[in-house]
Amino acid sequence: MSEAMLDRLPYARFLGLRTVMQDDALTVIMPFADRLIGNPMLPALHGGSTAALLEMTAIAQVALSYPRLRLPRPINVTVAYLRSGRPVDVHARATISRAGRRVAHVMAEAWQDEPGQPIASLTAHFLLAD
Amino acid sequence: MSDTFLDQIMPQLASGAAHTHALGFVYEGYEGDRVRIRVPWREDLVGDPDTGVLSGGLVTTALDHVGGLAIWLALGTFRPIATLDLRVDYMRASVRGLDLVTEARCYRLTRTVGFVRAWAFEERIDDPIAAAQSVYMITDEAARAPNLEARS
Repeated sequence: MSEAMLDRLPYARFLGLRTVMQDDALTVIMPFADRLIGNPMLPALHGGSTAALLEMTAIAQVALSYPRLRLPRPINVTVAYLRSGRPVDVHARATISRAGRRVAHVMAEAWQDEPGQPIASLTAHFLLAD
Repeated sequence: MSDTFLDQIMPQLASGAAHTHALGFVYEGYEGDRVRIRVPWREDLVGDPDTGVLSGGLVTTALDHVGGLAIWLALGTFRPIATLDLRVDYMRASVRGLDLVTEARCYRLTRTVGFVRAWAFEERIDDPIAAAQSVYMITDEAARAPNLEARS
């Protein structure tokens, strides 16, 4: 169910996100497209597109783990940029560090060729209930 | 010289790349050390189709980008920069159909690092959708080529 969840979200479609399910974990892929380029000189992906991928991955993972909810809403997100995003596909995975009654803490990482060499990481809180 | 930068180069930096162009970013100009980008509301920028609220990822992208403009405004010229990190607090949902406006200010600039605060809102900055605090590395032109080689 959650595999198709991102397909419902217009901005996830704008970014071209694809969801792959492995065991209980989601991997979200942002296939390379020219419209993701933020720096044409390097060239490099716009950091915002990578941040959006990370946030969408976190939302999808929370929605998968807590299917009773409407869409989890972000309270805050922190993104650290570790490497320049080259013009190739980006993959992302999220882990729920803790989920209470109202708030979930989620961490996520994005990488390109090597999972051990992340290009960005996210730490975020999501509201689970209104 | 600097007027050419502010009046001709800054608008290109605001919306000239493929991603910012695709998102429809519009340069709104600067006043003092504050600079603005407007993002006209569009259906495909929405994060939740049931409410029409803009995607958090879009808000983050606009805040990241306008923060970069604030660095260039503070520098008064173009230098390659890279976002080191970015924190966004989401205060409330955006309103369906209303443009997103972002404003940023670089409140401290060193030779290598710039510190920025930025806000996202529709009509009034004191009624924000989101607020950001971010740090940008300012690349030394001379050190740039070796770094790029090391990366590839």
